Amino acid sequence: MTTEYSSPPHLHDGTTVTGLMAKVGLALVPGLLIYLWWFGSGILIQCLLAVSAALLCEWLLLRVTGKPAMYLKDGSVIVTALLFAFSLSPFTPWWITVLGISFAVVFAKHLYGGLGYNLFNPAMAGYVFILLCFPAQLNQWPSVGVTPDFSDYLAIIFSGHMSTGIDALSGASPLNHMKSQLNNMAMIPEIISNPIYGTIGGRGWEIINTAFLAGGLWLLFSRTIRWHIPAAVLGGLFGCSLCLYISDSAIHVAPFFHLFSGGTMLGAFFIATDPVTAPTTALGRVLYGVLIGIVVFAIRTWGGYPDGFAFAVLIANMFAPLISHYTTPPVMGQEHL
Amino acid sequence: MSRQLHTFPGGLKLATFKHLSDSEMAQQQALPERLILPLQQHIGIPAEPVVRIGDQVLKGQVIARANGYVSLPVHASTSGRIIDIGDYPVPHPSGLNAPCIVIEADGLDQWGEITPTHEYASVDPQELQTVICECGISGLGGAGFPAHVKIREGVDNAVDTLIINGVECEPYITCDARLIQEKAQYVVAGTRMIGHAVQARHCVIAIEDDMPASYQALAELVGEDIELVTVPARYPAGGEKQLIQVITGKTVPSGGLPIHVGIVMHNVATAAAVYRAVTRGEPIISRYVTISGNVERPRNLQVLLGTPVKDCLANCGFTDDGRSKIILGGPMMGMRVRNPDIPITKTTNCILIQRHEPAPPALPCIRCGRCAEVCPVRLQPQQLYWHAESGNFRAAQSYHLFDCIECGLCAYVCPSHIPLVQYFRYAKSKVAETERRERGAEYSLTRFLEKNARAERLRADRARPLPPDTSQALAEKRSYIEAAVARSKQKKELLQKDQADDD
Repeated sequence: MTTEYSSPPHLHDGTTVTGLMAKVGLALVPGLLIYLWWFGSGILIQCLLAVSAALLCEWLLLRVTGKPAMYLKDGSVIVTALLFAFSLSPFTPWWITVLGISFAVVFAKHLYGGLGYNLFNPAMAGYVFILLCFPAQLNQWPSVGVTPDFSDYLAIIFSGHMSTGIDALSGASPLNHMKSQLNNMAMIPEIISNPIYGTIGGRGWEIINTAFLAGGLWLLFSRTIRWHIPAAVLGGLFGCSLCLYISDSAIHVAPFFHLFSGGTMLGAFFIATDPVTAPTTALGRVLYGVLIGIVVFAIRTWGGYPDGFAFAVLIANMFAPLISHYTTPPVMGQEHL
Repeated sequence: MSRQLHTFPGGLKLATFKHLSDSEMAQQQALPERLILPLQQHIGIPAEPVVRIGDQVLKGQVIARANGYVSLPVHASTSGRIIDIGDYPVPHPSGLNAPCIVIEADGLDQWGEITPTHEYASVDPQELQTVICECGISGLGGAGFPAHVKIREGVDNAVDTLIINGVECEPYITCDARLIQEKAQYVVAGTRMIGHAVQARHCVIAIEDDMPASYQALAELVGEDIELVTVPARYPAGGEKQLIQVITGKTVPSGGLPIHVGIVMHNVATAAAVYRAVTRGEPIISRYVTISGNVERPRNLQVLLGTPVKDCLANCGFTDDGRSKIILGGPMMGMRVRNPDIPITKTTNCILIQRHEPAPPALPCIRCGRCAEVCPVRLQPQQLYWHAESGNFRAAQSYHLFDCIECGLCAYVCPSHIPLVQYFRYAKSKVAETERRERGAEYSLTRFLEKNARAERLRADRARPLPPDTSQALAEKRSYIEAAVARSKQKKELLQKDQADDD
C-alpha cells in the first residue's frame, strides 16, 4: 500500500488549468486563420513576439517572487500574450509589442500576486498602457485590398519603415473611419458606401468577427466558458445601439455593425470571460457583461477612441469584486433567516 | 406516482461504477478468528464495557452499554471469549487507536437470548424506541447517528413525512441496492415500524432512477401506505438535506434538523435493522458492505461487525501491489485508511480500493466559479477558500462555512486541483478551536471578576470596626476567663513549691 497522502474526494473530473487554457488557445485558431488570410502574416510575428516576451517575463517574475517554475506550464501567460497580440495592429513596432506584454505580465499580473490574484485583465492592461503611450502607431491598419507580405511586415515591425512607405499600405480601421466621418457631420449611408465597409461590419472585420464567434461558441459548447458574460456583453452592446439606431439611423450605426466590427467577438468570448478578473456569480457575470457592453458602446459612440473594449474591460474589472459581493445568492437554508 | 419532485441547486451526474458490484448476491463473509468491536461506532458518547477479560459471551449479548442518551450499546457479533479490552486501530481519519473490545470467536456462533416484540403496531411508539436503542441501531448510511434519537425527536414533534433513504448517490457503493433486492420485505416492514414509531403521516421510500431492480423489488411490496419515489441520479441526491428538498421541496434551515420541517429520514439498511430488532429482537451485529474498485472480484459481503477489513479484501481477491489505497466509504466522501487491520463497524458501507495517482500540485484559484456551480448548498467555495487559505476563518464563517456538507464536488471539478474540502475542514476545526478558547477565556474572566468581588467584600468586612460588645454575656465570659487564669496560676505555684521541696 502506498503511504502517500490523499484526501477526499478521491476522484476528479480531469479538468486542469492547462487544459482550459489550451482550449482557449485552440478556439482562437479560426480567428487566426481568417486574420492571416485577410491581413497577412503580421499577426504571426506579433504572436511570436508577444508569446516569447511573455514567457521570458513570466519566468523571470516566477524566479523573483520565488514561485515554482512549473507555473509556467499553466499556459495562462500564453493566452494573455495571444489575446494581447490579437488586439494589436499587425504593423505595431516590435518594441511596442514587447513593452506592452511586459507591462501586462510584470505589472498587471505579477505585481498583483500572479495568476488568480490580478485585479485587471493583464492583456487589456498591457494594451491600454501602450495605447495611451503610442496612440499613432497602434491605429495604423492594413488598407482594404492590400495584403502586405511577410518581408513587408518584417521591415515595418523591425525597422519601422520600408521602401514603399508604410502609408501606402495602411489606413484607418472601419471603426476609426466611421468615427472621424461622423465627427465630420457625414451621414451613415454615405459613409458606408466606402469600400472599407462590408455587408454588416467593416470589410474583412466582419469575417474575422464571425470566426471568433465560431471559436467562442465552441468554447461555450465545450463548457470551457459559461454563456453569461458573452451573452451579456453582446446583449448590452446590441441593446444600446438598437435604441439609438431606432431613434436616428442616419447618425447611429446599426446594432449588427457594432457586433461585427473591431474587437467585439474577441472581446466578448475571449477577453471578458477571463475568470480571474470577472465576478464569480451567475447574476454578477451578467451584470459585468452588460456593463462592458454599455461602456464599449459609449466609448465607440461618444468617446475619444474608435474601439473601447480594453477600457470597458478594465473599468468593469474594477467593479467585479463589488458585483460578486452583492450578487452572492443565499446559501441553502439561509433564505428565511 | 403522483408526487411532484423538486431539485436541489448544483450537483453533478457522476460515473457510477455500480455495475462492478451490483449484480452478484451478497456473500456471507466467513467468521474471523478475532473480532474487534470499537466502543464508539456511532455519533455521541462511547459505550461503557460491561464484560471483563476472560468472560464468555454469546452472540447478540450486550458487551458494552449505552452511556447516556446519545449513545448506543455494543453487542457481541459472535459467541466466544473476551480476550482484550483496550486501544486498537479504528476507522478514523486520524489513524489513532480507540477503545475496543476484542472477542476470540469460539466458532459455534451461538445466539444468546433474544426477545422479539410481537405485534409492533399495538405497541406504544416509545417502547419501539427503547427496542431500537437496545439493539444498538445507529444510522447505517454513513454518519452513524443513533436511530432512536432521531425517532424520539419524531415522537416529540409532529412528523409529516418519514423518508427512507435508498439513494446511494456515491459512485461504486451498491450495498443498499443489494440489501433492497435481497431483503426488500425487511426494508418495507422496517419502514412501517419506524413510521409507527414516529407516527408519521406519510412514509416514502426513495431510490434513484437508475436502480430498476431495486424499484421492482420494492414496488411489489409497498402498499397504499408507503410511497415509492425514484429521484434523478445526481450526486449528492442522497444527502439528507438534498433528498428532503427533492422529495418535499422544503429546505432544512441552516443549522437546523430535518424534524424542524417535519421530516425524519433513515437509511434503508437502518429500516431493515429495525425490522430484525423488532420482530426477532436481533441486535445489529452485521451489515452489507460493498468491496469495489481495484479488486479482482468486486461484490457485496454480509459482514459481522468487528471483522477486519483485510479479511473482506482477501475474500475479494485483493493483492497489494504497493500502489493501492484503501478508502472506507465512497470515493467522494470516504476516508482513506492506512491500516487494513481496522474492523468493519456499523457505519462502514464500502471498502474501495483505488490506485493511488499522486495528486497534481495545486495551482492558484483562477476564480472560474465551477465549484460554486456544482455546490448543492449554493456556497461560494472560491470565497471560502480565499479566506480559509489566508487564515481568515471568521470571514469564512460569514460565508457560511458551517453549511458545507463536504460532498467534495467543488474539489472534484476544480481545474486548479485545490483540495478545497481539506481547507474547509481545517477552517471548521480552527473556528471551533477559537470558539472553545473564547469560551474558556470568558469563563476565566468571569471567575476572575468573581474572585475580585469576593476579595473586595472580604476586605470591606474586615475594615468595618467591630461593634463594642457590652452585653451581659461578655462580662460573664471575662469573669470566667479571669477565674481560669487565677486557677492555673495557683496550680503553677503549687507545682513549683513541690519541686523546691523535693530538692
